[in-house]
Amino acid sequence: MAHSVLLSGVSKRYANGTQALEGIDLAVEEGEFLSLLGPSGCGKSTLLRIVAGLIPASGGQVEVRAARRGETGFVFQDATLMPWASAIGNVMLPLRLSGIARREAEPRAAEALAQVGLSGFERSRPRALSGGMRMRVSIARALVTRPRLLLLDEPFAALDEITRHRLNDDLLSLWERTRFTAILVTHSVFESVYLSSRIAVMAAHPGRIAQELAVDAPVPRGAEYRTSAEYAALCREASHALSRAMLKEAA
Amino acid sequence: MKSLLAQWPRIAAPLLVALLILGGWEWAVRAYDVPPYVLPGPAAIGAALVQEWPLLSRSLWMTLQVTAMALAASAVLGLLLAILFAQSKLIETALFPYAVILQVTPIVAIAPLIIIWVDQVWLALLLCALIVAFFPVLSNTTLGLNSADPNLHDLFRLYGASRWQVLTRLRLPSALPLFLAGLRISGGLALIGAIVAEFVAGAGGAESGLAYRILEAGYQLQIPRMFAALALVSVAGIAIFAALSLLSRWVLRGRE
Ligand SMILES: Nc1ncnc2c1ncn2[C@@H]1O[C@H](COP(=O)(O)OP(=O)(O)O)[C@@H](O)[C@H]1O
Ligand SMILES: [Mg+2]
Repeated sequence: MAHSVLLSGVSKRYANGTQALEGIDLAVEEGEFLSLLGPSGCGKSTLLRIVAGLIPASGGQVEVRAARRGETGFVFQDATLMPWASAIGNVMLPLRLSGIARREAEPRAAEALAQVGLSGFERSRPRALSGGMRMRVSIARALVTRPRLLLLDEPFAALDEITRHRLNDDLLSLWERTRFTAILVTHSVFESVYLSSRIAVMAAHPGRIAQELAVDAPVPRGAEYRTSAEYAALCREASHALSRAMLKEAA
Repeated sequence: MKSLLAQWPRIAAPLLVALLILGGWEWAVRAYDVPPYVLPGPAAIGAALVQEWPLLSRSLWMTLQVTAMALAASAVLGLLLAILFAQSKLIETALFPYAVILQVTPIVAIAPLIIIWVDQVWLALLLCALIVAFFPVLSNTTLGLNSADPNLHDLFRLYGASRWQVLTRLRLPSALPLFLAGLRISGGLALIGAIVAEFVAGAGGAESGLAYRILEAGYQLQIPRMFAALALVSVAGIAIFAALSLLSRWVLRGRE
C-alpha cells in the first residue's frame, strides 16, 4: 500500500527553545485512520501542523502525498468558523479561495453540508447553531474539497458526550464511504479505540511516539462495538500504554 | 414588543432625570430671581430656540456638514492607514508615533496655524475636525485587522490564500466590529473638533456654525440664545452617537 504520510526522524524545536518533538518515525497508509493519543503538551498539535505544512520541522524528513491545495483538510478543536458568514459561506471558503466561482461552489458546499446532516441550515449563522452543529459545519468545510488527507485536532473535545458519540459515528461512516486518510488527535482513549485502525501513543518531554497499537475490529462499528469485550480489552490496552508513556516521562 | 417593554427604563429613566433637573432649574431661577443674562431658565432658553430657529438651524446645518465630512474622511483615512499599517510591522512602527503625536497635540494649539495656512474656511475647519477625529478609527481598525482568529489564518494558509484574499475575506471582516466602535467614538470627536475649530476661526457671517453663534451671543449678552446653541450642540452629539450605534448594531446583526 502507498504511504500517505511518511515521517522519519522528525524533530521540532520552537524558537523559544521548547523541544516539542524528537525522533518521530511515522508511516500512515492511504485510507488508514490513525489516532495520536497522548497527554496535553506532548506535541500532538505540533505534529499535525507539521503534516499540514503549517509549520516547518526542525529536522528529519516529511513526505506528504496530499500537498496540493485542497488535498489536505484540517479540523480544529474549536469549530473556527467565520462569524460573519452563513454555514454555506463557511463551507464554500476553501473552494472560493482556490478561485472557484460561487455558482459552482454553492452546490458543492450544500452537498458537503448534507453529508454531515445539515441540510436546511445553509443560511444559518454560526451563532444560531449548537456546538455540535458548528463542528459539523467545520467538518463539512474540511471535506468540501474531497481531501485525500483529513487532519483533526481534538475536534470533539469541547462537546458533550452524547453529541460526541453521534459525531464519532458520523465521522466513521463518512470515512467508510470516502476512505480519505485520517489522522485524529485526541486525549480520549475511548475515542481513539472506537474510531481508528491504529493508535500511536505519544509521550512528552520531548514529544515522541512511545508505542503503536493496531485496532483490528472491522468497520462499520456501532453501539455493539462500544459494549463488546474486544472494545473493552483494547481500551484497557490503550490505557495501559498511555500510563506507561506518562510514567516514563515522570521518571 | 417584549424587548420594547423591557427597554422602556432605558429611555424613560434618563428622561425622568432630565425632567427633574430642568424643573429644579426653572424653579431655582424663578425663586431666586436670577436675571436671564446670568442664568436663563429652560423656558427662556426654549423660547430663544424657537425665536432664533432660522438663524440657529442654519448654523446647526453648517456645523453638521463639517462634522459629517470630517467623520467620513476619518473613516476612509483611518481605514486606509490601518490597512497600510497591517501590511508590515515596519510601516506600523515607523508611522504610528506620528499618528499619536497628531492625536495628543491639543487641537486649539494647531488650529490657528491651519486657519492661517488654508484659505478656505470650511476646509480649515474640516482639517481640524479630521485631526481630532481620525485616531480612534485608525487605532481600533489596526487592532481589529490583527484580531483575526489565528486558526482561521492557518486555514487560509492551508488553502493557499493570497494576501489580498486574507485581507478582504478574513482581516477586514474581523476588523469590522472594532472599526465601528472606533467610528462611534470618532463621531463625537468630529463634532468637538468642528466646534473647537469654529471657535478659533471665529468666522462670522451667514456661513458660520454653532460655535460662532455661542461666541456672538456671549458678546451680545444674549445668554438664552447662547444656551439654545449649546443645547443644539449637545443634541447633535447625542444624535450622532445614537445613529452610529444603530448603524453598528445593524451591520453586525447575526454575529457573535
Ligand atoms: N508556537 C509555540 N511556541 C513555543 N512553544 C510551543 C508553541 N506551540 C506549542 N509549544 C510547546 O510545545 C509543546 C507541545 O505543544 P502541542 O503540540 O500544542 O501539544 P499538544 O497538542 O499535545 O497538547 C508544549 O510544551 C507547548 O508549550
Ligand atoms: Mg493540542
